[in-house]
Amino acid sequence: MLDYYRQMLLIRRFEEKAGQLYGMGLIAGFCHLYIGQEAVVTGMKAAIRDGDQMITGYRDHGHMLALGMEPTGVMAELTGRVGGYSRGKGGSMHMFSVEKNFYGGHGIVGAQVPLGTGLAFADKYKGDDSVSLTFFGDGAANQGQVYESFNMAKLWDLPVVFVIENNQYAMGTSIERSSSETHLYKRGASFGIPGEEVDGMDVLAVRDAGRRAVKHARSGKGPMILEMKTYRYRGHSMSDPAKYRTREEVNEVRQHHDPIDHAKARLLDEGWADEAALKAIDKEVRAIVADAADFAQGSPEPDASELLTDVLAPGSV
Amino acid sequence: MPTQILMPALSPTMEEGTLAKWLVKEGDVISSGDVIAEIETDKATMEVEAVDEGVLGKILIPGGSENVSVNTPIAILLEEGEDKSALEGMDVSAPIAQSSSPSPQPSPQEVGANPQPDPVEGKAVEEEGVAQAVSRAEDPAIPAGAAMVSITLRDALRDAMAEEMRRDERVFLMGEEVAQYQGAYKVSRGLLDEFGPKRVIDTPITEYGFAGLGVGAAFGGLKPIVEFMTFNFAMQAIDHILNSAAKTRYMSGGQMSCPIVFRGPNAAASRVGAQHSQDYAPWYGHIPGLIVIAPYDASDAKGLLKAAIRDPNPVVFLEHELIYGETFDIPDVEDWVLPIGKARVAREGADVTIVAYSRMVGYALAAADTLAGEGIDAEVIDLRTIRPLDMETVINSVKKTNRLVTAEEAWGCMGVGAEIAAAVTTQAFDYLDAPPARVHQVEAPLAYAGNLEALALPGADDIVKAAKGVCYVG
Repeated sequence: MLDYYRQMLLIRRFEEKAGQLYGMGLIAGFCHLYIGQEAVVTGMKAAIRDGDQMITGYRDHGHMLALGMEPTGVMAELTGRVGGYSRGKGGSMHMFSVEKNFYGGHGIVGAQVPLGTGLAFADKYKGDDSVSLTFFGDGAANQGQVYESFNMAKLWDLPVVFVIENNQYAMGTSIERSSSETHLYKRGASFGIPGEEVDGMDVLAVRDAGRRAVKHARSGKGPMILEMKTYRYRGHSMSDPAKYRTREEVNEVRQHHDPIDHAKARLLDEGWADEAALKAIDKEVRAIVADAADFAQGSPEPDASELLTDVLAPGSV
Repeated sequence: MPTQILMPALSPTMEEGTLAKWLVKEGDVISSGDVIAEIETDKATMEVEAVDEGVLGKILIPGGSENVSVNTPIAILLEEGEDKSALEGMDVSAPIAQSSSPSPQPSPQEVGANPQPDPVEGKAVEEEGVAQAVSRAEDPAIPAGAAMVSITLRDALRDAMAEEMRRDERVFLMGEEVAQYQGAYKVSRGLLDEFGPKRVIDTPITEYGFAGLGVGAAFGGLKPIVEFMTFNFAMQAIDHILNSAAKTRYMSGGQMSCPIVFRGPNAAASRVGAQHSQDYAPWYGHIPGLIVIAPYDASDAKGLLKAAIRDPNPVVFLEHELIYGETFDIPDVEDWVLPIGKARVAREGADVTIVAYSRMVGYALAAADTLAGEGIDAEVIDLRTIRPLDMETVINSVKKTNRLVTAEEAWGCMGVGAEIAAAVTTQAFDYLDAPPARVHQVEAPLAYAGNLEALALPGADDIVKAAKGVCYVG
């Protein structure tokens, strides 16, 4: 639990720093922060093992940090520098680490769902028993290709867990205004895919549900859907003032359902950690984030010679 | 009144077929809906049902007859109450067909890993007015002394996939009807039998989904071949071809690899209307991060498909339904692989350069024959690869001939010909003796009506006219 606390805190502090750097003009373009949703990816990471893959959409910084990608490399990609994971050519929405089994980082809403299903197809084809965690939001849940993927995933019993991060808003459109069936975990019913609703603000609940779903997929029973009820505190992206919801609504979640506060209280209540230990973690995390921000500002922009590299792989034409 | 039973057309492109077997005999009473015969096309063996009822009076074309043209009378049906005397005075001699031993071809389900070629394949060549394939024996890419064998484009593509699947366990084929049905156009015939359902996978009709799934599998270390029943349906999937397959290597700073082949028939078939008749070469040719190949003959198709499957990049491989059944020479060498990105001089000439790809190469060669009769010596360049374009071969040719005609089935606007004309005028302006001419489909969705379809699509005559234009002849 202390590890989960540290992980969630790292994501939050990292995202807060990214927000600051955005405000300073050091990060440009679209930047989607994960603040509020930290328990989802942290709990799911706790449910998998080495070799299992993750893929998600554009709200992806938390996933990368959870998988152990270097905060320096992630932050430097946000600033568009050569020290970033994509050497500055991808940006916030497009980072990858084959080494850490993170497959992006995709900017077209819902596109990661067939891609993640394809990762599971490759797992099964190769005969290893890895599982693909395919994350998407409540907005993407209305894309047609999601259901094309559900169909094939169950038809071929692919080892994939579909993790729906339902943060209640598809950009500015609330789920009630966009979805005829708002219980997204039921969306697999017509394909024979079991689903479960999970408190996405409780890291232990996420982990336990994640373990059940991953076990289901790994055992050859095919896909499973987990609907994580969560909330994002910030706007859809940095340029979104989020006027479509009240300050009271946001504050209610922050004060009563915050995943990090919740974990902290549990740690103290159970006697798993004391204030001194938590303060030490806080200090360590701030140092990591400050280091990442320094690196991201100090790393140079990619050389102009990078402009035309990586278009095609060498070894063909 | 006796009525004639005619040889039916069983597909949009069928012009003739083999009357494999009669399932009824003279004197039998037939009801409408009865299966009376089996007919083989170049794609499949089909059952023929009776339309009318009556008594089979006379079989005009015996079972086992090959090359029976559509609409040929194949039998005479007598009305109830009539007998054979009703046939008196009618022409009941067997028309045209050549009889052969009545040994029916195996149905698709019975075809093994090494199916026999269909007897009717290769016949479309003369009938469509396309030039006979030029012999490839002179091709410098072919080892000296290599024997040449005949093969249909369809089987060359199948052999390329089979050879690469034998060579690399990671290669698999997925698409609609590729496995049990043996391919909608029978390109994957026999592959399921050899490689099994793990590696030859029938998908639901879900192009966006299975294209994305294929890209994900490529990210995961496999080498998928994704067949689209036609590239018209790939528009549902173009997001994944473009945004997921073509861009990811760049977006990842070179970390991610996407070795995948998207293949299937492209461009117009025959009388299938606007939504099934479009050449997408310019669409995919526009995209950095993709390789785009559009071969004409079987030799290039096989050599380049093998190269495409081995390539570490996403490849769009554009085939042409109307030449699947054509027969070409192919070198009988082991592991025939050709370099991607190299055009081929399909015919040498001195007066005008005609640049074409896919089926238009056949028309360009036919046009060159016609032009030769009028004293114009045309050079024909088969682009083979659309992206990257081999402009060096084109420029070298134009420097020799000083005249350029491009030929494509796509619309002209923003097309392949436009790109080539721009490159030639930029890089070889001083060598041009005339403005380049472009031959392409007219700027309208393709019509269904036979006459309008013929007017819309470019052919050999259009190329001849354009070539004479740039030569200031006629």
